[in-house]
Amino acid sequence: MTPKAADLIGILPEIIWCGFGVLLMLLQPFLKNRQGLTLFAMVGAAAGTLATYFGQSSSGFFGLVQFDMYSIFFHWLVGLVAFLVILAADSYLERENLAPAEFYALILFATAGMGVLASAQELLTAFIGLEMSSISSYVLAGYRRDSIKSSESAVKYFLLGSFATAFFLYGIALVYGASGSTNLMQIASTDSGSNLLRLGLTLILVGLGFKVAAAPFQVWTPDVYEGAPTPVTALFAAGPKAATFALLLRIFTTIHAATDFWFWAFWILAVVTMFVGNLGALVQTNVKRLLAYSSIAHAGYTLVAFAAVTTMKLDPATGAAPAYAAVLFYLLGYSLVKVGAFTIVSEIGGKGESYQTLDDFAGLGTRQPFAAAAMTLFLLSLLGMPITAGFFGKFYVFKAAINSKLIWLAVLMTINSAIGAYYYLRVIVVMYMHERKGDAPADAAISLSPTSAMVVVVAALATLYLGLLPNHVLGIVLSQNLISSAR
Amino acid sequence: MEFSGHLLSILVFFPAIGALALLFLRSEDEYWIRRLTFVVSVVEFIFSLSLLRVVAIDAPGYALTEYKAWISSPPINYHLGVDGISMFLVILTTFLTPICVLASWKGVHHRIKEFHVMLLLLEVGIIGVFLALDLFVFFLFWEVMLIPMAFLIGIWGHDRRIYAAVKFFIYTMAGSAFMLVGILWLYNLTGTLDLPAIQLTLQGVAFHLAPRTEMLLFLSFFVAFAIKVPLFPLHTWLPDAHVEAPTAGSIILAGVLLKMGTYGMIRFCLPLFPEASHRAAPYVAVLAIIGIIYGALVALVQPNLKKLVAYSSVSHLGFVVLGIFTFHTISMQGAVYQMLAHGISTGALFFLVGMLYDRRHTFEISEYGGLATPMPKYAAFFLFVALSSMGLPMLNGFVGEYLILLGTYQWHWGWASWAATGVILSACYLLWSYQRVFFGEVVHDKNRNLTDIDSREKWGLIVFAVITLWMGIGSPYITHRVAGPVDWVIEQTKSKYAEEASKPAVLPQPAPMASETHQDSQTRTVSR
Repeated sequence: MTPKAADLIGILPEIIWCGFGVLLMLLQPFLKNRQGLTLFAMVGAAAGTLATYFGQSSSGFFGLVQFDMYSIFFHWLVGLVAFLVILAADSYLERENLAPAEFYALILFATAGMGVLASAQELLTAFIGLEMSSISSYVLAGYRRDSIKSSESAVKYFLLGSFATAFFLYGIALVYGASGSTNLMQIASTDSGSNLLRLGLTLILVGLGFKVAAAPFQVWTPDVYEGAPTPVTALFAAGPKAATFALLLRIFTTIHAATDFWFWAFWILAVVTMFVGNLGALVQTNVKRLLAYSSIAHAGYTLVAFAAVTTMKLDPATGAAPAYAAVLFYLLGYSLVKVGAFTIVSEIGGKGESYQTLDDFAGLGTRQPFAAAAMTLFLLSLLGMPITAGFFGKFYVFKAAINSKLIWLAVLMTINSAIGAYYYLRVIVVMYMHERKGDAPADAAISLSPTSAMVVVVAALATLYLGLLPNHVLGIVLSQNLISSAR
Repeated sequence: MEFSGHLLSILVFFPAIGALALLFLRSEDEYWIRRLTFVVSVVEFIFSLSLLRVVAIDAPGYALTEYKAWISSPPINYHLGVDGISMFLVILTTFLTPICVLASWKGVHHRIKEFHVMLLLLEVGIIGVFLALDLFVFFLFWEVMLIPMAFLIGIWGHDRRIYAAVKFFIYTMAGSAFMLVGILWLYNLTGTLDLPAIQLTLQGVAFHLAPRTEMLLFLSFFVAFAIKVPLFPLHTWLPDAHVEAPTAGSIILAGVLLKMGTYGMIRFCLPLFPEASHRAAPYVAVLAIIGIIYGALVALVQPNLKKLVAYSSVSHLGFVVLGIFTFHTISMQGAVYQMLAHGISTGALFFLVGMLYDRRHTFEISEYGGLATPMPKYAAFFLFVALSSMGLPMLNGFVGEYLILLGTYQWHWGWASWAATGVILSACYLLWSYQRVFFGEVVHDKNRNLTDIDSREKWGLIVFAVITLWMGIGSPYITHRVAGPVDWVIEQTKSKYAEEASKPAVLPQPAPMASETHQDSQTRTVSR
């Protein structure tokens, strides 16, 4: 039972990410230069991402993992996010005087875990991926040890996260009891009508719902996002979320989810999540918290597409392709935008993250025109304005919902978009139309650091590219073998 | 005409290039920023005038289309076209933009560069809306235009500007979200987003739209447009936005933005959903009449001059909506005419009110009185514009209102008579406010030494006056060009309606447009 060479090549990205993580920790005593470590970590993230090039479309490790376009897409997504987060963290670590090597190593480990999540075809493998990314995340959340908020964030995340993991594990146990297997293909081939299987999958849904911050499992999100170091928050909002959605989509497209039960489960989950996220964001005065609530809302929008997926097989004529594509496109655009937005928040925050309230953003339009313009672009993308990535993301989710004749869900999504417009707009209004009260604090940031500016530029260009010329990415997410392999 | 192949794209994006050029100027270079913007907008105006040669008299259908594939799935294409209706609205837009630059010459003091960039970007959005023939592209411009407008109100407006900007944004955003649902639904039904192709599909013999579906689709579009117009119960954003906006913002808002709503009704609601339009028409007409009378009555009691003009817009746009939903060729021509006339007169009124604000920094009517003594030229121009706005024969306002009432009368005399009271009321509020502002003794000392109009303002006003007069006398020049497309729209609303009633299968008239693109879209529809 030795693994074949092809299997190892398939998981080459994970091997590279982990390898670079270990190397980073080993290098730390010798390499005192922070920039050198940053560069090294970035090379690691990029190399792992590019290693997907060698993988062949097949299932590996006796069906435990699946190498296909779908997993490659998510590898690219999380690899890109890791790359950008590492670049954005460079100036943050310097400002906060934190050790860089472990930080980058943890990000790479977490990314490897997300990679496993994206290609897992078997529930225990998925569990390993989930734990890899979660445990690294717990540490990262508390990385700013001298800050009480950061420690609170870590403890909260750890306690609630372990609880959710327990749900996930118990779910796996029940599914195994019901179907005699933890392999998704084999689960799919057994009778799906049994209540035990349904209960098991529900528990899995609860566990994963926690990770993607779907209401009512979202309570941890604002506190953890607020307390964690901002680059880490950027990672949380983008990487693990996308990877967990990848697993969720794989599970619920492989098993026979096209039943009323799952339809209503996702329908309710989507609606509750959208409303909780948007209504919660309305009253926030801290921009970081506001973005945390907005990421709950966006999980809700993504779940709308899941509700569409579960109706697809009831009605084969409509075809499932657009709904999958909607999820993938949405997550890509959303992740890049969130990384960009949190990078700006991190830079505006200054030392000790002390300037993150809306008042601190007042007058940003005159003080830092570039940062304000980029932030406006990101907020408009989250809002769903045309010519940004967010618009097409929302558009495709919308289209999937209407394709499946979920008019009411589409209408509720519309209402939520309008609510969302209010609080995103409020940030823009504050940046451009309010003047800052009093003088600028001495330690407030004057401009973006070059590395962060690079991240912001990349994210902004990507946002516009996806909003203006989505053809290329659409071609990938709509390609036939992606869909067939995801099934 | 070698450049005419891309004339429409040039029209849409030339201001954007101008805005880009502005970004390279230093923000202290006020002098050059204003002049460059003015030159760009005047050149744009001249470009738009060249449309007059392209669109033939009495010819329905789109001249000068542009077509380029853009996004593969769903098939979204960059499809532009111009006909008699959109041509004049584009010209109105390009005409009002340089006026806006002039109007803000003294009124805007801070962030001058950003102001002019926003103004030019707004022009891009508006012209895009009028020229787009792909539902998606239309929606895109419709949304994109919101941002510069909200910024114009929110940054350079008056005291309650932020409230007004947010209200404006959310209102329109909510409306357009429903439109997006409608667009996607329509796409699901027809498999295309191309307006002429959808038209063709909907009229196909084999195609049957359930009445309830059609009504919902109609409403999803109509609500978005009605908010923009604004139609009576949805008008509450307008007074705030108008009063708080800077002069330039008000001119564009009243002059062109409101017309995007009525334009949408003519272009989308009526031809795409004829039966639903017919069924909804009585209700819409009643709302329009309520709007006419209500707007006029509120304008009558306004202590605030700018708000008065704002409410007069609610009243006048009520006429336009009424003219559209009577399905009569005369009244619809009148509606299009009224759109243009209102753009000119109300643009001029806001220009004038803005001048007063530049001098005294208040809109309260009670702060003025006897202004005719210190500012005789100003008073004369104001009277001229006010007369045109209330519909004095020989001036532009008369033609539109007259045609609308004439057409409405043939459909329903009661509505026409109710609507006619709006004409009388408009004379009341305009003349009464004129009397309070300009006649009598100068009661406030501050008003004694007000300077009369300077040459910049004078030339702006002279241009307005000439156009007002010309539109009043030379109206056939416009109506002839508008008649073709209007008749076509009326034809669309009739054909299937009659068909349902009597004869079962008459091959519907294909949507007229430039032959090449037409076939293109047709084959695409068929192949799907």
